[in-house]
Amino acid sequence: MSAVIELTGITKRFPGVVANDEVNLTVERGEIHAICGENGAGKSTLMKILYGMQQADEGTMKVDGEVVTFNSPNDAIDAGIGMVHQHFMLADQLTVLENVVLGAEPVRVGGAIDFKEAKAHLAEVGADYGLTIDPDDMVETLEVGERQRVEIIKVLYRGAQILILDEPTAVLVPQEVEALFDNMRELKAGGATILFIDHKLDEVLEISDSITILRQGKTVATLKNDGVTAHDLAELMVGSELPSPETGESTVTDHVALSVRDVTVVDDDGRSVIENINLTIHKGEILGIAGVEGNGQAELVDAIIGTAAISHGIVELLGTDITSMSVRKRRESGIAYVPEDRHHEGLMLQAPLWENAALGHQTQKPYGSKWFMNRDGARAQTELIREQFDVRTPNIDVAAHALSGGNQQKLIIGRELTSDPSLLLAAHPTRGIDVGAQAAVWEQIRDARAAGLATLLISADLDELIGLSDTIVVMLRGRMVARLAPSDVTPRDLGAYMTGAASQDEPNHDQRRVVQ
Amino acid sequence: MMRRLLLASAAPVGAFALTLVISSITLWAFGSNPFSAYGDMLSHAAKLETQVDILNRATPLYLSAVAAAIGFRMNLFNIGVEGQYLFAFLIAAQVGSMLALPQLLHIPLIMITAMAVGGAYAGIAGILKVTRGVNEVISTIMLNAIAISGVIAWLQQRWQADQAQFTSTTLGTNPIDESGLFPHINGLLEIFTRDIAQGKELTGLLLVAIAVGLGYHFLLTRMRFGFDLRASGLNPFAARAGGIPPKRMVVAAMFLSGAIAGLIGMVELADTAKFPPDPIKGLGFAGIAVALLGRNNPFAMVLSALLFAFLDISAGILQNTEAATKEIVNIMQGIVLLAAVIAYGVSKRVQEREEARFTAEALAETEPSGVTS
Repeated sequence: MSAVIELTGITKRFPGVVANDEVNLTVERGEIHAICGENGAGKSTLMKILYGMQQADEGTMKVDGEVVTFNSPNDAIDAGIGMVHQHFMLADQLTVLENVVLGAEPVRVGGAIDFKEAKAHLAEVGADYGLTIDPDDMVETLEVGERQRVEIIKVLYRGAQILILDEPTAVLVPQEVEALFDNMRELKAGGATILFIDHKLDEVLEISDSITILRQGKTVATLKNDGVTAHDLAELMVGSELPSPETGESTVTDHVALSVRDVTVVDDDGRSVIENINLTIHKGEILGIAGVEGNGQAELVDAIIGTAAISHGIVELLGTDITSMSVRKRRESGIAYVPEDRHHEGLMLQAPLWENAALGHQTQKPYGSKWFMNRDGARAQTELIREQFDVRTPNIDVAAHALSGGNQQKLIIGRELTSDPSLLLAAHPTRGIDVGAQAAVWEQIRDARAAGLATLLISADLDELIGLSDTIVVMLRGRMVARLAPSDVTPRDLGAYMTGAASQDEPNHDQRRVVQ
Repeated sequence: MMRRLLLASAAPVGAFALTLVISSITLWAFGSNPFSAYGDMLSHAAKLETQVDILNRATPLYLSAVAAAIGFRMNLFNIGVEGQYLFAFLIAAQVGSMLALPQLLHIPLIMITAMAVGGAYAGIAGILKVTRGVNEVISTIMLNAIAISGVIAWLQQRWQADQAQFTSTTLGTNPIDESGLFPHINGLLEIFTRDIAQGKELTGLLLVAIAVGLGYHFLLTRMRFGFDLRASGLNPFAARAGGIPPKRMVVAAMFLSGAIAGLIGMVELADTAKFPPDPIKGLGFAGIAVALLGRNNPFAMVLSALLFAFLDISAGILQNTEAATKEIVNIMQGIVLLAAVIAYGVSKRVQEREEARFTAEALAETEPSGVTS
C-alpha cells in the first residue's frame, strides 16, 4: 500500500485561535480512515483544507505522492477528492439522476443534456461500487439514508477516488448507520479511499482501518484499528493531563437556586430529546454536564432558558415555578445565559458593542426600561464590562464582528455576569478562544461562584469540567446516566460514561443534598 | 474619520454616477439628447410649482417607505402596503363622510380609522405567519389582490355617492365635510417665498410625514421596542435568546407597518375629499423601492423619496417638452435602485474590512506586542 494522501505540518490560524497546529495525516490507498476528536479539535478545518474550501497557512499536501495546492473544491475534485457534507445539498424537486448530474451534465451537440449518457454513467458508477438507487426517484420521497447515498454517488460520478464524509452518521438512525457502513465496505472493495469524521467511538471502531486523533488542533496519534479500545480513544481525545482549571475550596451552600424536576422535551417529530431530567443546583455550586455533543445537553439548556417548550416536568428558580414563563421573564428573574455558539445566539455581529451588551437585558437597569432604552446607561455599563472583563477593543462603538473570538466571548460573559444573576447557564464558555481568554473566563466563573452564583456548565473540554465543577452529571441519549464527584473521576472515566461503555444505575436517585 | 465619511458617501455618489451614465446611454440610444432632457427636468424643478408637486408626491412616497422599512428592519417583507393603504383610504373616506364633527375631532378620527384599518389588514399577514407559518411575502401579495380586486371593488360600488346610478362606479364615495379635510399649508410656503405657487396647494400631510419620520427615528434609537425590532432583524436567534418574543414581534411590526401605510391615502383624501373612482395606485410598491434606496434610514429615505418624486414629476414634464419619452423615468428609477443595491453591497464589504483593520491597528498601538528585544 502507498500513501494516497500525505499532509505535513498543516497550520491554519483564525483570528484569536489556531484551528490546526502542524497537523500531520497519512492515509493509505483503499483504507477507511477515521478522524476523531472533540468539537473544536480542528477536524472540520482539516477536511475543509483537504477539500480546497480553505487554504492552509503553512504545510504541504501530497496526493498520490505529488505536492498539490487547492484553491477551490474544483481543484480537489480534479485531483479525485470528493466531500459529502453533513448537511445535504440536494434539490428536493429534482430526480436522483438530475441531482447527480447537476453541475456536471453531459451535453449533446446543441446544448441539450444527454440524460441517456448520464444514466449509463450513473449505472456504471453504481455497479462499480455496489450502490443501488433508482435514478428516477424524486429526491423529496427519499429517506435520510438514501439521500446520503445520493450525495455519495454524486461525488463518485465526478470521478472521486477519495471520499471525505463529514460526520456521516450524525443524521442517521442506527439501521441507516448499518446500511451506510455496508456501503462504505462496498466502496472500499471497489477501490475507494474513505476519510470520515466521527466522534462516536463504537462506530469508529466498527468500520475504520486506521484512526487519527486530533486534540486542540494537534495530531495526537494515528493508530491501526486492532486491539484499540474505546477507552484508549477517549483518553487520547480528551487528554489525560492534570486538570488545569481548579476551583479550590467548596462554596456550595444549602440554598437551592435551580431545581429541575422530571423534565422532558420533545422535538418536532414527537421524539423526546431529553427525558425525565432531575437536577438541583445550589447557590455557589457549579454543576457540570458531560456528554458527547447531541445527547440532550443543548435541549436541557433551552428548556431552562425557555427557548424550548417543556412537555413535561417543572423548572424552579429560587423556589419560584418558572416552567411557563417567557424567556424575557426568566432573564428578568435572574437567569444569565452564555450560548454555545456566540455568533448564532449570542451577538448581533453588525451592531456596536454597547448594543450587544444590552441584548438580553434591555428591559433592565442600566440598559433600559419597559419602554425606553437608556443609551448613556448602556454605554457606561459597557465601558465597565470592557474594563472589568478585559475586552480588548479600541472603543465600544465598533461592531462586534471586528473583535476576536476571545474578546467577543469576554463581552458576553461580562454582560451576563454583571447583570447580577442568580443562575448562570454556560454552554461551552471557552470554545474556540485562545488560552489567555480561556483562563480569564475560568477566573470570572470562579469568582462568580465564590459570590454565590449557581452555574450549569456544559463543556466538551473534560479537563475544564472536572476542574471547575462541584458535581458532574453525564448525559447520554437525552438521559442522565451518571452523577460523579470531580475529585475522584478522570477524563478517561468520563469518556467511558459518555460513550456508554460504562454506566451507573439510577443516577437520578443519587441526588446529594436534596432539599425538597 | 475623513476616510470613514468618504467611504459612507461613496456608495450613493457611485450609484448616482452610474445611473447618469446608463440613463444617458439609454436616452441617446432612443434618439434623444440626454443633456436637453436633463436640462428640461432641472429647469422645471427650479420652479416653485414643480417643487410643490414634488413635495406632494414625496409625502405619500415617504410614508410608504417608512411603512416598508419598519418591516424590513426585522427582515419582514411587507409587500402589502399597496393593498393596505388603498383599503384604509376607502374605509376612512367612508367613515369620514358619515360623520359631522368639529375639525379637531373629525380629522384625527379619520386618520385613526385609516391607521387601524391598515394595521389590522397587515396584521392578518402577521398572524398567519406566526400561527400557520405562512410566508408574509405570499400572504401580503394575496391580501393585495383580495383588497384591490375584491373588497374595494365591491365596496366602492356599494358606497358610491349616488345609488341611483348604480350601474357606474364613476362617482366615488360621499364627500367628506370640510371639517374632515386635512388643511393645505400654502401659508408655510409664503414664509419662504413671495412667488405664487400657480394654484398649487402644498399638502398638510407633509407635516405628518415629517412627524412619522422623526417618530420612526426615535423608535429605532431610543425605544426598547425599536431595539427589539432591530435586534430581531440583525440576529433573530440572539434576539430570542435575549428574551425578545419572536411571534409577538412579527405581529406588532406588521401592525405598525400597516398603520403607517394607512396614512398614505390621506394625502389624496385631503385633495379629493372622497375615495375617488380611480385613486392613485402604485405608491405601496414605489415605497419599497424608496426604502431600499434609503437603506431604511429615516433621513436617507427623505432624499430617496424626493428623488423618486422628482423623477415621477419629471415624467409629465418630459412628455410636455418632448425632450424624451416619459418612460425614461421608469428606466432611471430602475437603474438607480440596481446601482444602489450593488454600490451598497460593495461599500458594506469594504467598510467591514476597514473596521476590522482599524480595530486590529488600534489594539496593536495601545498594547505592547509582547516581543522585546
